[in-house]
Amino acid sequence: MCLGIPGKVVEIRDGGPLRMALVDFGGARKEACLEYVPEVQVGEYVIVHVGFAISRLDEDEALRTLEMLRTLDELMVQQELGAMPADADAPGVAAP
Amino acid sequence: MKYVDEYRDSLVARKLVAEIHRITTRPWALMEVCGGQTHTLVKQGIDEALPEGVRMIHGPGCPVCVTPLEQIDKALAIAARPDVIFTSYGDMLRVPGSTTDLLSLKARGADVRIVYSPLDALKIAVANPDRQVVFFAIGFETTAPANAMAVSQAAALGLDNFAVLVSHVLVPPAMTAILESPTCQVQAFLAAGHVCAVMGWTEYEPIAERYHVPIVVTGFEPLDLLEGILMAIRQLEEGRAVVENQYARAVTRGGNLAAQETVFRVFEVGQRTWRGIGTIPASGYHLRPEFAKFDAEARFDVGDIHTREHPACIAGEILQGTKSPLDCAAYGGLCNPQKPLGAPMVSAEGVCSAYHAAGRGLAAPTAFPLYDLAKVAR
Repeated sequence: MCLGIPGKVVEIRDGGPLRMALVDFGGARKEACLEYVPEVQVGEYVIVHVGFAISRLDEDEALRTLEMLRTLDELMVQQELGAMPADADAPGVAAP
Repeated sequence: MKYVDEYRDSLVARKLVAEIHRITTRPWALMEVCGGQTHTLVKQGIDEALPEGVRMIHGPGCPVCVTPLEQIDKALAIAARPDVIFTSYGDMLRVPGSTTDLLSLKARGADVRIVYSPLDALKIAVANPDRQVVFFAIGFETTAPANAMAVSQAAALGLDNFAVLVSHVLVPPAMTAILESPTCQVQAFLAAGHVCAVMGWTEYEPIAERYHVPIVVTGFEPLDLLEGILMAIRQLEEGRAVVENQYARAVTRGGNLAAQETVFRVFEVGQRTWRGIGTIPASGYHLRPEFAKFDAEARFDVGDIHTREHPACIAGEILQGTKSPLDCAAYGGLCNPQKPLGAPMVSAEGVCSAYHAAGRGLAAPTAFPLYDLAKVAR
């Protein structure tokens, strides 16, 4: 029941008592209520939970997390190197 | 699917597992609060890929599982009335009450309908002015904004044939109850990302400080969980205990203020009973007096409720994390997804159903139904 799904807002429907939207979930489209994320525009991503968008997905944060995860190798190598005694002559070690 | 597939990359997952192994020097016990997270951990085998001695204890965050038997029996009594259309999230229909479940009641002719959203229940009420429409408003902080909006709209529309049977519970009091238990083994928490999307994480800061327990707000995809575990173990190894946010793409410290405003306009905090756990003060929502006329418990006389749990079910201990489904004598035999004895075997967020779907502790694997079918065909 806590399974929120990220989807893209493709159409905003303002006609009724509640601000609604058509949201695309990887091809499947469903209506969701936008009352709790009134700032959301068409083209943005939201997390939808039991028919309500509860959060706007922050694209910058999403990219930052992915970038961080992808560079894990480098981080691990840097941490390993950081734990080693400094050696100015060691090849290929760039300062962080 | 964008914002889903990127967080399932197996190469990055392996790197995260390697990093967790690299930084871990001691055994640790972590609890993931949310049942949705439990399912991902078990399905992907993440809990089994952790360093020896690092344990994931599965938390009570399965809304269907902790809805008290008494409320389910009340739901059954209300749903059996000929004047009622009873609406519920689908998960709830096969949860066993003392004598039957909502699905069996429906098979016997009761008008029980599955809805995706409480707004669908509201539409049914508008379309059926001569019938009473009752919605089973259960869940954690995640469903509260939706359920509150349905009640608020019913009031705005002046509907007198719509009511809610409320059984709302809250995460922070449950975490505190677990930490206060003398048998508590939990040393760090992965907090439920979507609960925090609504409520933020300020409520968790005093818990982290008072009990000196790291709390990491965590998302639901495999990479989210691995990163959450990494962040929690890093804190444990360094002796820190603060709230950190792994799920920054969806959660801010203050949460969703518009949702909170509607929730607190409709609901107030009060004592709640948790199935298998007991009564916890200030651990759930009740309708405010201004919205009392939408309370199904007041509108329908359900008579005396005498609850009876199945004697073989150890759901209570499983929900508190003191036992695993594999400790249960009924697991996989007497209790299975086709004939569940307890809620954790029913729900898409229940621990027993997660274990069963992954074939854990079962003689015959269940995780590959197509393969099994092929065997039968041969």
